[in-house]
Amino acid sequence: MKEFMLIFRLSEKPVAPPSPEQMQERMNWLAGIAAQNKLVDKGNRLSPAGARTVKPGNVVSDGPFTEIKEFVTGYMVLKAASIEDATEIARANPILKMGGSVEIRAVLTPEEK
Amino acid sequence: MAASYQELLPHLFRLEYTRMTAVLCRHFGLRHMAIAEDIVSDTFLKATEVWGAQGLPENPAAWLYTVAKNKTKDYLKRASLFETRVKGAIQQQEQEAARDFDFSGQAITDSQLAMIFAVCDPANATASQICLALQVLCGFSVEEIADAFLTGRETIKKRLLRARAGLRDNNFHLGPLQETTIQARLDAVLRTLYLLFNEGYFSKSGNHLVRKDLCSEAVRLALLLTENPLTNTTQANALLALMCYQSSRLEAREDEEGEVVLFERQDQNLWSRELIDKGNHYLVNACTGEAVSKYHLEAGIAYWHTTPAGNNKWEHILQLYNQLILLEYSAVTALNRTFAFAKVYGNKAGIAEAEKLGLEDVSYYHSLLGYLYAGTDAPKAVLHYNKAIALTKSVAEKRTLRREVERLEK
Repeated sequence: MKEFMLIFRLSEKPVAPPSPEQMQERMNWLAGIAAQNKLVDKGNRLSPAGARTVKPGNVVSDGPFTEIKEFVTGYMVLKAASIEDATEIARANPILKMGGSVEIRAVLTPEEK
Repeated sequence: MAASYQELLPHLFRLEYTRMTAVLCRHFGLRHMAIAEDIVSDTFLKATEVWGAQGLPENPAAWLYTVAKNKTKDYLKRASLFETRVKGAIQQQEQEAARDFDFSGQAITDSQLAMIFAVCDPANATASQICLALQVLCGFSVEEIADAFLTGRETIKKRLLRARAGLRDNNFHLGPLQETTIQARLDAVLRTLYLLFNEGYFSKSGNHLVRKDLCSEAVRLALLLTENPLTNTTQANALLALMCYQSSRLEAREDEEGEVVLFERQDQNLWSRELIDKGNHYLVNACTGEAVSKYHLEAGIAYWHTTPAGNNKWEHILQLYNQLILLEYSAVTALNRTFAFAKVYGNKAGIAEAEKLGLEDVSYYHSLLGYLYAGTDAPKAVLHYNKAIALTKSVAEKRTLRREVERLEK
């Protein structure tokens, strides 16, 4: 088993909080991973409002969304046999229905360069 | 007709053995637990002799306590004589012998509570922990423990030997409970009582009586926790609520021949309303704080099981299972969650969710798939049921599953 981080992105700030059905669907997806004993860290959702970016030259800007089209809404870590397996799991995440995307990244172990 | 001593003794033994041992251990210290146990065993031996010849005394428990008290005094006198003559030591033991033993209700309760915390050491391995709790806290014999676990007596003896050595060497102080002790051990205590109850409720042993005793012992010990302000935590209440809900179905889940009755086929009139109400009481007590433990979630699930269909019952159960599996993985939780999932989204979706689990060597995995396939694909259902039959150790479960196979093959 290898660990993978899933990074969730949306292209626009959600106008309304998620509906109970959306919450339920998200929870089912997450618990389904836990039920396969593949959950490493259920991660967190990230606030679109409380956001800052610091850059060289003492530049601080509000939020990440002025310069990039998609912003990160959350992350989590799971373990899977392969990146294909992890991708298969990610494919079922309800964020895709909202036009969002999921990036799958293999976590490097200290031995890996 | 009054109960004869042969009928009364096993019951009294179970109840009073652990109480007396706890009180005496408090006096002698856990290092000398064997002395306390010898005195209590001697007391019961005397009871069988005297009661057999003269009939039952008016108050058997009081009789036992008086004899135990005298035997302890005798023991201390002898020990003291030995100490004085051989070692030349004086005074101290004499004073100890003069101290009267406090077998009052409060002393018994305090000693037992302290004993629970002494026995539940987070360092113990799960299997030996349960054996130790059964013997020291519940007065179970090696045979009964072996029967409950479907394990050989020698294995149980070995487990006990190791666990008891740990208990003796730690010499846990059986005085009034300290806040720090409670913090350090309450989790282990709750876990032990939880396992104790489950061992009874889901035991593979065919001995119905032993299983019921296990459940009621776990309830008795959990009650002790809720009766002391220091240990009356929301988690302890949640655990007790869970036990009450589960116990409410003890009568309904077995038919006259001792066969397991599946939840959906149980006669709900046999559910104990009284225990459900008690469960509700403790669940309300459990919900006064912020913290949500696995006992809260399991009690919540058990609560919804006592309610009639409708009201989004299975949606609620699934939500609770979702939280539970995120809190702590176990194969059983994963499978139970899948059952709830199928109840909400249908068997087809349930099958897809179940097959992701891949728990090929777990019998419940196959019996669940058998159940989910039964309506649409009988051959596949039979295949899974047969795998489950081959995997389970429980004779009763094998029989129940075979009946399902016969039904499908008709």
